[in-house]
Amino acid sequence: MLDTRTPLVEMNDISIAFGGIRAVDRASIDLFPGEVVGLLGHNGAGKSTLIKILSGAYKRDAGSIRINGEDATINNPRDAKAYGIETIYQQLAVADNVDAAANLFLGREITTAIGTLDDAAMESKAREVMGRLNPNFRRFKEPVKALSGGQRQSVAIARAILFNARILIMDEPTAALGPQETAQVGELIKQLKSDGIGIFLISHDIHDVFDLADRVVVMKNGQVVGSARTEDVTKDEVLGMIILGKVPPGATPGPGAQTGLV
Amino acid sequence: MADQHAIPTNIHPSRFAQNPLQRFLMATELDTRLLGMIGALAIIWIGFNIFSGGLFLTPRNLWNLSVQTASVAVMVTGMVLVIVTRNIDLSVGSILGVVGMVMGVMQTDILPSQLGLGLGHPMIWVLSLAAGLVVGVGIGALQGTIIAYLRVPAFIVTLGGYLVWRGAAWWVTMGRTVAPMDPTFQLMGGGPAGSVGSLWSWIVAVIACAAILIGLYWGRRQRRRFNFPLRPIWAEIALAIIGCGLVIGAVLVANAYPWPVRIAARYAEANGIPVPESGLFISHGIAIPVLIALGVGVVMTFIATRTRFGRYVFAMGGNPEAAELAGINTRWVTVKIFMLMGALCAIAAAISSARLNAATNALGTLDELYVIAAAVIGGTSLAGGVGTIAGALLGALVMQSLQSGMVLMGLDSPLQSIVVGAVLVFAVWLDTLYRRNKH
Repeated sequence: MLDTRTPLVEMNDISIAFGGIRAVDRASIDLFPGEVVGLLGHNGAGKSTLIKILSGAYKRDAGSIRINGEDATINNPRDAKAYGIETIYQQLAVADNVDAAANLFLGREITTAIGTLDDAAMESKAREVMGRLNPNFRRFKEPVKALSGGQRQSVAIARAILFNARILIMDEPTAALGPQETAQVGELIKQLKSDGIGIFLISHDIHDVFDLADRVVVMKNGQVVGSARTEDVTKDEVLGMIILGKVPPGATPGPGAQTGLV
Repeated sequence: MADQHAIPTNIHPSRFAQNPLQRFLMATELDTRLLGMIGALAIIWIGFNIFSGGLFLTPRNLWNLSVQTASVAVMVTGMVLVIVTRNIDLSVGSILGVVGMVMGVMQTDILPSQLGLGLGHPMIWVLSLAAGLVVGVGIGALQGTIIAYLRVPAFIVTLGGYLVWRGAAWWVTMGRTVAPMDPTFQLMGGGPAGSVGSLWSWIVAVIACAAILIGLYWGRRQRRRFNFPLRPIWAEIALAIIGCGLVIGAVLVANAYPWPVRIAARYAEANGIPVPESGLFISHGIAIPVLIALGVGVVMTFIATRTRFGRYVFAMGGNPEAAELAGINTRWVTVKIFMLMGALCAIAAAISSARLNAATNALGTLDELYVIAAAVIGGTSLAGGVGTIAGALLGALVMQSLQSGMVLMGLDSPLQSIVVGAVLVFAVWLDTLYRRNKH
């Protein structure tokens, strides 16, 4: 029933190669408003690379990207942001030496009438957003370097949602976090989902995403093995997709599916 | 729920400090590292004053020190931004040399003879300086483009530039020294004529004090607007007194240094002023090159802390990948940094050549090392992301104080180099210790 609407994102037959190695090979993936799609696969399966093409960090060799049903040109991170695509990277892409507010507004600073930075306004807005996300956070004056992993992660997430993202990409969002912080991120994802934001969750650990995702897409060796609604498959079946490339009956096979096997 | 447990955020943290010194530092929000540097400078000054038999802390020496620092001080403000973005510029001394030569040829040959303005035309200094700025910015743009877009490391590009521009300086006049400079241009180099005198020095002091007071008031208003913790009133007053006190003290020193007797007598004769028995006392006041350097310092601080460009420079230094992913055009920012550095080299070239009253092949030789050393002593981290303009200016003053003090003590020049080198390494080691303890 979701499929009758226009997908928020459609990536069709995307390929990219680095020095002869096909990191992503004719991969197709889509995302609907208010949907959480878990993108799973081993380290090196090509999931981060595929998603970096969407966020503008890499340029694809072939394939097309459609946003809201219209062809999109994404050549750099600025283009992606213009389409409302925000990314939270695995390696926490924050500038360590400046404070939380400076990171939240990096590249999109609030300026005064004469074009200078309005730090007070930015800090005030940062306090508001961070207050919603992580009420215990109050180290606004310190460089991000001094913060804990969870606090840094909240800064990265706050940056993504601050500018009304429509499409959120989270690359291993809980890898650096403790259990309590992981639960917080889970709550946050549900909240964003109810706001109609489409979310790609990328992980190599099925437990991180299975409960949060509406649908999972599994990649192996740069190709899509298959996709499935989480209610139609079990965790073990998805593990089989990740490890063996074996597509269970409840899933739709992709170009990377193993056929005639085992 | 969470709001009930939250500590109100608008109480200033200094409320919780126990020890009075700590409380003072927290309340005034002064940078302890900068205070440490001022302390080190005070030790150097007092030490040299003792060892030189009271020659160091005289108005005359301090005034000379300020003029000698000006050229390196102008360049170091740009070097901070270069180093903050994990680059380096080894070519600044050579750029200074070639730009000085271009400005020299402009004012002695091209403008007066070839364009027929005649010697002493009032526009000569402006046009020469403009030509120098164009050449400086152009060189910076070229080097910056090679670094940012062709991805050649800054170390190599500017090492090449070091040789190329020094050679170019030689090539402009085939090694001939260009002199004398235009009389108006010479004012940028200081000297009795190139100083603003006591009245104007006081006017500068009044403007500076007013700026300090307005800045404090404005900061307080902004904080109140957004309900941020305010500094205690006594801390604001202490800051105002310290700031204005420093300004007034500096002007008092500059005004206490009189023109040399003979120059004053000649001036009195020319202007028909009667010379009293005790001799004529005409104050130098603040030297023009020092005003230029201070102006550059203020503008560069503004650029570094209040503009998007400055914010991007620091973010790029902290995490270049994050800056790129945040949508910053990091390559173009890099080019702009080097263009700015070129412009500052041109201003420094004007000061040095005006002071020497000549443009020579050797102008600015070794300056790159002094500039880098001053930036590093001033707390700019070669690992990137950290540095302040004010700290770098202090670093330049420390470097020049060492040199000047050793000359006053009559130390041989090989020993001077040894001391400067050792101090540089020692200062960076201290800084490393400081940073490690802080975190």
